[in-house]
Amino acid sequence: MHHDNFAFSVKQITKIEGHASLDVEVKDKQVTKCRFAITDFKRFYTKAVEKKPAVAAPSLLSRICGTCSNSHIMASLKAVEQALGIQVSEQTLTRRELVNAGLYVRDHALHLIVFVIPDLYNLDSLLDFDENDPVQKTMIENLFKLKAAGNHLAIFAGGRAVHAPDMVVGGFTKAVDLKEVPNLIAELTAVRPIAIELVNLFSNVNFSLVRNNRYLALTGENHYDYLFSHTLKDNQGRIIPDTEYREHLQHVAIPYSQASGYQFDGKDFMVGSLARVNINKQILHPNTQKDLADILSRFPSNNVYDNNVAQAIEIVDSIDRAMDLLQAGNFDHQPAVAATQKSGEGIGIIEAPRGTLFHHAVVEDDKIKSYDVIVPTGQNQINIENDLKLLIGKNMELTEDKLQFECEKLIRAYDPCMSCAAHFLKFKLKKAK
Amino acid sequence: MANNISKLNIGWYSFACCEDNTIMFAELLNDYFFDFKAHFNFIDAPVLSSNRDQVTPLDIVFVEGAANCDEHAETMKKLRQRSKKVIAIGSCACTGMPSAQRNTFDPQQQEEINFLIERFNFGEKVLKVADVIPIDGQVTGCPMDLTAFMNAVNAVLAEFGHQPITLKQ
Repeated sequence: MHHDNFAFSVKQITKIEGHASLDVEVKDKQVTKCRFAITDFKRFYTKAVEKKPAVAAPSLLSRICGTCSNSHIMASLKAVEQALGIQVSEQTLTRRELVNAGLYVRDHALHLIVFVIPDLYNLDSLLDFDENDPVQKTMIENLFKLKAAGNHLAIFAGGRAVHAPDMVVGGFTKAVDLKEVPNLIAELTAVRPIAIELVNLFSNVNFSLVRNNRYLALTGENHYDYLFSHTLKDNQGRIIPDTEYREHLQHVAIPYSQASGYQFDGKDFMVGSLARVNINKQILHPNTQKDLADILSRFPSNNVYDNNVAQAIEIVDSIDRAMDLLQAGNFDHQPAVAATQKSGEGIGIIEAPRGTLFHHAVVEDDKIKSYDVIVPTGQNQINIENDLKLLIGKNMELTEDKLQFECEKLIRAYDPCMSCAAHFLKFKLKKAK
Repeated sequence: MANNISKLNIGWYSFACCEDNTIMFAELLNDYFFDFKAHFNFIDAPVLSSNRDQVTPLDIVFVEGAANCDEHAETMKKLRQRSKKVIAIGSCACTGMPSAQRNTFDPQQQEEINFLIERFNFGEKVLKVADVIPIDGQVTGCPMDLTAFMNAVNAVLAEFGHQPITLKQ
């Protein structure tokens, strides 16, 4: 249908978290405009947190985003605790890792099940599956069981799957309910085969777009460390301390978008599950590596749709890691550790489900003096737009509806989060002491 | 189908917020997916479907988030005209906060954000839903309390003559 010239706009990209739009224009078979705009209005969290007590920052900043809320809490805890000279207990680290494992299961499952799976079956929505078909009904029920298991794990360890109330600066407000441990182990054991099936389902999908090969992620020493590492690694194997991460990022103002974009050393790049599995597959949980060996052999992959496969792999990895932690049973409750200083500076970089999340706190007399946050979708924004240009250029023969669908499908593969991306006020370069 | 009464047409919209209530709703799907399908036609819910129907009259619209610009307010007014019931869900919709934090900024903070307020045509103030349109119910919380939400759903189902959804532990 399309020929040399056409244009289309998608005012609201659907089946994603938050609000984004796309404007495309092609002239003489050249993509002359491709604007992927994040349209969520800013809520100025990094400005609002100034002058507030530092211990209140994690809870407040979790409200940047509902689905990523527990990631924001844990990145903020890492930053604020560093600023206040707090070294938390091993038990606290265990519980935070369980919160994170629950988040990975729940959040990746939400994306894959509710947003992406309909694309695999040429359906518009999860609602379009036929519950009168026993096969389809069983599939839907199983996928929701998997998603629920992540939810239950986060509730056990953090008090709630969204804006977890039990996580505070220095530790946790209350003990876990130990009676739940065997129930969770049984639940995770039961859903692990469903997660394996999800990996198989996505690994057999033939969606493909290959362009960029630059990736960045935190890396750990002996397991797939999402939370506690202070070291980043790129796809070239270059090691970057978290204190230097910010110096490599260039802020890019995108005038038509509410969110800032970022380049890494002057080039577009990708963070998220695909980056992590590409860079860190050798430190996935041993059971994950063993049971998914064939599928892991395709990584490193530059096919952006393999982000979906990587998310499914990370669900299995998170289940395996959570089972280890639950079976170790290191849950003796201890009071929150007190601050050892009233002023300081801290960096909290973690791997949120959608990618590398940066928090940076400057604390003065127990109050936030300044605060910066850089989110995964901000880092991926330019990469998404450049991938869209390639996709459109390669598919000009498609009908407008089909091309719009393909564009939305590509954007969904990144699992972008617009609520996160549109919180910024301005960029400040700071370096931790 | 819950009984012989027609399914209710519902919409699910979010404005300035963190969408935590949408995420909590997604968690409710784990337990109530087939119940919701039995009672509701999801006429316009961008988080669930690409088919945007912004014309069909609605029985119930769930509104998450506050109005951060004139366009948000205009959309809320259209939803009020289009829907028999408007339910505000979550703290930002019910109180404005925390999305309305800029309403409380001191002059220096306000000055520092003004260039963005002007560039993107923000509203003068962030408004809770009831400041823009009359509402028929609300479910407070940040995020909303799931039991309170399900009770609100069952209350409105009863108003339309539907059987309630049996709550699960």
